[in-house]
Parts: sequence; structure tokens; C-alpha cells
Amino acid sequence: MSDLVLQGITVRRGGRVVLDAADAHFAAGRLTVVIGPNGAGKSTLLEVAAGLLAAEAGSVTLGGEALSSLSRKALAKRRAYLPQNPRIDWAISVERVVALGLTAHLPAFGGLPGSWQPKIDAALARYDLADLRDRPATQLSGGELARVMLARATVGEPEVLIVDEPTSGLDPRHALDAGRRLRTLADCGCTVIVALHDLDLALRIADDVVVVKGAQIVGQGVAAAMFTDQMLGALYDVDARVIRQDSGTTIRFD
Amino acid sequence: MSARWLMLLTGALVALAFVSLLAGSVWMTPGEVIRALGAPRDSLARLIVVEVRLPRVVLALLVGGVLGLSGAVLQGLLRNPLAEPGLLGVSSGASLGAVIAIYYGFAARFGLATPVFAMAVALVTAGVAFVLSWRGGTLSLILAGVAMSSIAGAGVSLALNLAPNPFAAYEIMTWLMGSLSDRSWDHVLLAGPFIVVGTGLLLLTGRALDALTLGEAQAESLGVHVGRARLFALLGTALGVGAATAVTGAIGFVGLVAPHIVRPLVGHRPGATLVPAAIVGALIVLAADLATRILDFGTEIHLGVFVSVIGAPFFLWLVLHVRRTAP
Repeated sequence: MSDLVLQGITVRRGGRVVLDAADAHFAAGRLTVVIGPNGAGKSTLLEVAAGLLAAEAGSVTLGGEALSSLSRKALAKRRAYLPQNPRIDWAISVERVVALGLTAHLPAFGGLPGSWQPKIDAALARYDLADLRDRPATQLSGGELARVMLARATVGEPEVLIVDEPTSGLDPRHALDAGRRLRTLADCGCTVIVALHDLDLALRIADDVVVVKGAQIVGQGVAAAMFTDQMLGALYDVDARVIRQDSGTTIRFD
Repeated sequence: MSARWLMLLTGALVALAFVSLLAGSVWMTPGEVIRALGAPRDSLARLIVVEVRLPRVVLALLVGGVLGLSGAVLQGLLRNPLAEPGLLGVSSGASLGAVIAIYYGFAARFGLATPVFAMAVALVTAGVAFVLSWRGGTLSLILAGVAMSSIAGAGVSLALNLAPNPFAAYEIMTWLMGSLSDRSWDHVLLAGPFIVVGTGLLLLTGRALDALTLGEAQAESLGVHVGRARLFALLGTALGVGAATAVTGAIGFVGLVAPHIVRPLVGHRPGATLVPAAIVGALIVLAADLATRILDFGTEIHLGVFVSVIGAPFFLWLVLHVRRTAP
């Protein structure tokens, strides 16, 4: 199976160290949530993991192969990436947006072969977008756009899905829905890496947790071991209590 | 749907090009034009059609086509509906080059000095803009282009200010207005190869432009080399629009307007606008050139002026429309 492993990653931006010798291990087929305060280096960690940002030092491997040894296209077929607050600039149809997820599968010349149409249809159906197929993508609500972007990212059935803050700007119902869909993907064997600020949602869906603070990885392991009063209190510099009840686990900050 | 539009536009272009061969101070019938093509070398009809009107039509097609194409590519690349070829400083650079050639009298000494100088300075301007924006990405490319454009514009104003005599100033002004009159096969041969190579580079960006609909980060993640697309767009614009401006003078608005006309016809997909935008650009320049020849304004209206007079109100409408439909 293809684990995604980051070793000794150092990234500097404008002279400032944003990641300092970071090691992280994202296990295949599991859902790993990356948590940490604003500016900790979560997004940078995700960009490096996606192979979109070259680190000053360190290595990233996918299933033992260095990401830097893969061609752009080969990498694009194996991993999908969704940045924070994705935007669509032209009024192309929802179906087109989803089809863009197959860009790396396009032949050297000409359009997408018809054999891919069932995959696009399936992705639209999976994310309840069949009715929106012809809607211009600039006229979607936040929840609809989140579903469209997930459909776009997963239409090519990537091994690894990396998502930065998929629930920012979503109401609780749509945030839960997005979380559930990510969970389903991991259950189907996809390696899912998600940066989240919504810790209650993270508690619900995470298998593993990577904790980032001050450009360093300060902890990683199975979710139950990471969501502790001490870890969360130290992470956000406020008192934190993890309350485990029969109805579910919640986190309170005081 | 879009294939039918493409056929329709191509048909209109061919028809208009043919009408353009008929029109002029001497009107010809279609039969006369066709006979003239096969007439002996020194016949007057052949001279008018082959040596005067045909190069003008070919230039209109090349220039309009590359302006429309470059506008479509830049709007897609910059994800901005107000982008146009002039934004990268290429047109202003070409103008400055032409002005230098006229100002220092090179133009009087050999005929093609103006376009040659214009092309050279256009390439230098685009090159400097690109070097300035080397590591910065798309936004710094726009800023560098605007800066170079301003510098070239300042140079043109300076030349007008310091012009040794009113005739030099008049000649510069006339060139800046843009025109296709008195253009020969020499001009076609000078600009043609650059426009063809530039067009090729611009057409290569189509797929990247589609992916860029999702923003640069997602386009990169889809396996698209955004930096290479940016390089092709800039180089293609510098070669194509630089050469076009060099032989015709500044013709604005075509690059801005053509992509907007075709966008709804192709479902707003940026990569699909390229070829139709080139055809519509060619149609606009061809139609405007025809209009300046057959409409009697008392005095000659230059092509660039005519296009601006029609284009500026469209630009105003566009600004209002974008504000109304913006999310």
C-alpha cells in the first residue's frame, strides 16, 4: 500500500522558517486530520505533501517512490489536492468542473475519450449533483461548491486526497456532510489527509491526527491518543477539556 | 453547438474577405476579381487585386486573428475578463520602436524601418517584463507589464514633445492611429512568420487555461505546468501582437472584445474560446478596415481610431455588465 511519508521537511518563505525538519507519516487507506493553530504551517505541510511546493530540505515519498521522481501527470493521476476556499472564475458548467479532475488523463491531443463519461456521471451521482450538472459553477452555494470540488477531486479515483480546510464557510449540516463524505472515501481505501479547524468534526472522522505548532510537528498518532486535555491545551494555549459521553465526544475550551 | 458556430464564423470570415477584395476606390464584380487573379502580370486589374488588396486582406486576417487569440489567452491566463494584449506592454513597446524609427529618420531612409524597429522594441519590452516577473507569478507579470507599458508610453509622449518639426509629429500621430492602407506583401512577409509562430505558442496554452479556471494551485495539482503556459502566453503575445502592431500601428479593443463575444457560444470554457476568438478578431479588423474604405467620412478615418470609436462604448458596457453579474 502507498503510504505518504515526509521526512525532515524544511520550508522557508521570505526568510521565515514555516516548517522546520518536519516528519509526518500518512498511512495508506486512513483518514489523517492535521490540526494546529493559525499560521502553524498546516497548509504548507499539505502543499509539500501534495508535491506542489518544493522543500528546502527533506524528502516526500509515496509508496516508497520519491514524489520528485514522478512526472507532473503521473503524480496528478495518483493524488488530488483541494486548496482552502477554492474558487471558480468562469461560468463553466458543473459537469465541466468535474471533468477537469481528469485533466491528467487527457490524451496528448483532442478531448476526453467517451469512455470516461461514466466516471463523470458516477461522480456527479455520488455527490448528489445530477440535477446541478448544467448549472454554471459561479452560481453555486457554498455547500454545493464544496460537493462539486470533492467530486472534481475524486473523479479520477486518486490514491491520495489532500484537502485544506474543506469546511471553512460551511454551516454545520454541510460541514458534517463533507466530513461524512471524506470518511466514506477513506473507508473505500483512499488515503485522505485533511487540515481542519473544526475539532469536533475531526473527532468524528479522524483515524490519525498530526499536530502542527510553530513550524514543527509536535505530535502524531491515532486520534484517541492525540485528543487529550494536555495536548489540546498546549496546542492552542487555552484550557481544553475533552468530554467523552455516551452521545459522543466534544471539546470545550475555557 | 460550438462546431456549428465555428463553421458559421469561418463562413462569414471567408465571405467578408472576398467582399474586401471587391471594395475600394474602384469597385469590382466577383467575376472581375476572379479573372484578375489569372490575368497577366502587368494588367491593372491584377495589380489592384494581387498587389494592393490581397496583402491588405491577408494582413487584416493575421493581425485581427492574433489580437483576438492573444486576448482570449491572456484573459484565461490572468482569469480576468478585462485583460488584453496591451496589458503586457507589447503594443506600447511596438509603438515606441516605431516612433524611434520615425523620429530619428530611419523610416525615411528605408521603407521597412518602422515595422522592424517596432518589432525589436516590442520584444525587448516583453522580455524585460518577463524578467522582472520571473519568480513572482501572474500578478507580478501584470504589474511588470503595466510598468513597461507606462515607460514606453512616456517615451512616445517625449518623442511627440521633442519632435523636430510638425511633420515628424504628424507622422508619429498618424502611425499611432493604426492603419492597413498602403501595406504590401513586404509587410506580410515581415510580420507573417512571427504571427504564425506566436499563434502556435498561444494555441498550445488551451488545456492549461481550462485547468486554470480552478485557480493556479488546483491547475498545478492537475498536472498542468502553469509556469510554462505563462511563458508561452507571453512569448506568443510578444511575437504575434508585437509583429502585428509593428506593421499596422496600435489597434486596441480587438483583443479585449473578441473573447467576450465568443465566450457564451462555447460554454465559457477558456480553452475553447481560442480559435473562435481568433476568427472574431479577424472579422472585426476586416470589417472595420472595409468600413473605413467604403464609408465616406470626408477625410480618411484610421483603422485604429475606427475600432476604438466602436470598441470604447463596448468596453463601457462590459464594465457595467461585469459589475452587475459579478458574484
